[in-house]
Amino acid sequence: MNRSVPNTPQDTPKGPLVAIIDYGIGNLHSAQKGFQRAGARALLTSDRGLIRDADAVVLPGVGAFASCMAALRRTGLDEVSLEAIDSQRPFMGICVGMQMLFAESEETAGVSGLGVFKESVRWLPETVKRPQMQWNVLQRRRSHQMLEGLQDPIWVYFVHSLSPDMNFDHEDVVATCQYGATVVAAVARRNVWAAQFHPEKSSRVGLQILANFVQAAAQYDTADHAAAVH
Amino acid sequence: MRAARIIPCLDVDGGRVVKGINFLGIRDAGDPVELAARYDAQGADELVFLDITASSDKRDTTVAMAQAVADEVFIPFTIGGGIRSLDDARKLLRAGADKVSINTAALRRPELIREISHEFGAQCCVVAIDAHSSTTAPSGYEVFSHGGRTRTGVDCMQWVSEAERLGAGEILLTSMDRDGTKQGFDLSLTSKVTSAVSIPVIASGGVGKLDHLVEGVTVGGADAVLAASIFHYGEHTISEAKQHLAQAGVVTRPADLGGGG
Repeated sequence: MNRSVPNTPQDTPKGPLVAIIDYGIGNLHSAQKGFQRAGARALLTSDRGLIRDADAVVLPGVGAFASCMAALRRTGLDEVSLEAIDSQRPFMGICVGMQMLFAESEETAGVSGLGVFKESVRWLPETVKRPQMQWNVLQRRRSHQMLEGLQDPIWVYFVHSLSPDMNFDHEDVVATCQYGATVVAAVARRNVWAAQFHPEKSSRVGLQILANFVQAAAQYDTADHAAAVH
Repeated sequence: MRAARIIPCLDVDGGRVVKGINFLGIRDAGDPVELAARYDAQGADELVFLDITASSDKRDTTVAMAQAVADEVFIPFTIGGGIRSLDDARKLLRAGADKVSINTAALRRPELIREISHEFGAQCCVVAIDAHSSTTAPSGYEVFSHGGRTRTGVDCMQWVSEAERLGAGEILLTSMDRDGTKQGFDLSLTSKVTSAVSIPVIASGGVGKLDHLVEGVTVGGADAVLAASIFHYGEHTISEAKQHLAQAGVVTRPADLGGGG
């Protein structure tokens, strides 16, 4: 494959290419380093060509839903994200990057999300502190590659005030946590993985989750090459 | 479920950890990456680096430190001290810090809280408050600036509420009366603040034994407890602290996580 990848010397020289979509928000440094530690060539990029060439794509997000959506639309990377999802390559949304995959958020009425999941994002219950800024335990709701190799209890780091409004027995829900109510913590459908928590800030547990995603990217990469041979 | 966080605090000067770090087995106790990795391995939930650098020409080394820590350590960390502007905050957050903690600059110009919160999200905007008991302040506590050297005349409870209103994501509350005394947190101050705001509060100042950490959560209502010397001098590990909290019925993320990988 013809790829021009600006690797720096400390980057992993091999491994699948994971493009972390850089649309001008927040701290993406630790996400990049986390994916590199997990065995990927991970790049922060807004380059459509690189995102299209990558074996897997990550949509991060911090802060407010509306400002993240505005920045994503302004850069045209909303379309690129949807295209990546349609391509069936592994795709992961993290935190607000997960929330943006939904139809809308109660945080700001009238702002549409990407609508990959038809549900909305709602405020956490008023009975608990918002944001949930702490480590919490994941309850597995179904078997998924995201949580492979992890032993219960799975502690991960959350910073969020809203979460998807889905019942915990919805087929797309991979994990929930308890925070004032049963809160959706991870979802997945086909090639799309999404985490409300921050795997890149969840120490060894989080790095395992990133490694599982990199593994999925490697599997896609292999299948991709196999297809190219045919 | 609420799980209390345990946060070791490290003083840094020119990007190096200074002041009394005495871990066994660390060759160079000044290396922030090595210390951060050690605390991560022990089960620390977050880290706070307090930049005590006096000269501005050394500030860039703190940015480099943030990057070095973010390269190697995958738990959240905050950098505080000397952050005067949105641009200062931006540099540290871009370098990989998860949160910045502001104190004197926020007292001088409270809008800085709103600006950081608006630009980067409330979750990364920690307002640090140094409070001292006072006979003149209505709440009984006055806020000090400049690392506790300067009286501001501002009432602690008034400032806490304003910080929350302006968009602070978290309060780092230090009792100047207790700081360095090893007498335990000022639980009266802590519980006043935790009941006044709906954002998370980190209790700081005075931890001398593990029971103090328990009290900070159970009596003070703190979401997180910060300590320095009991961890730095090897008196207690983070793991011991977490076991102690668990025995007292306080939920924390256990330290002995294999986690695969």
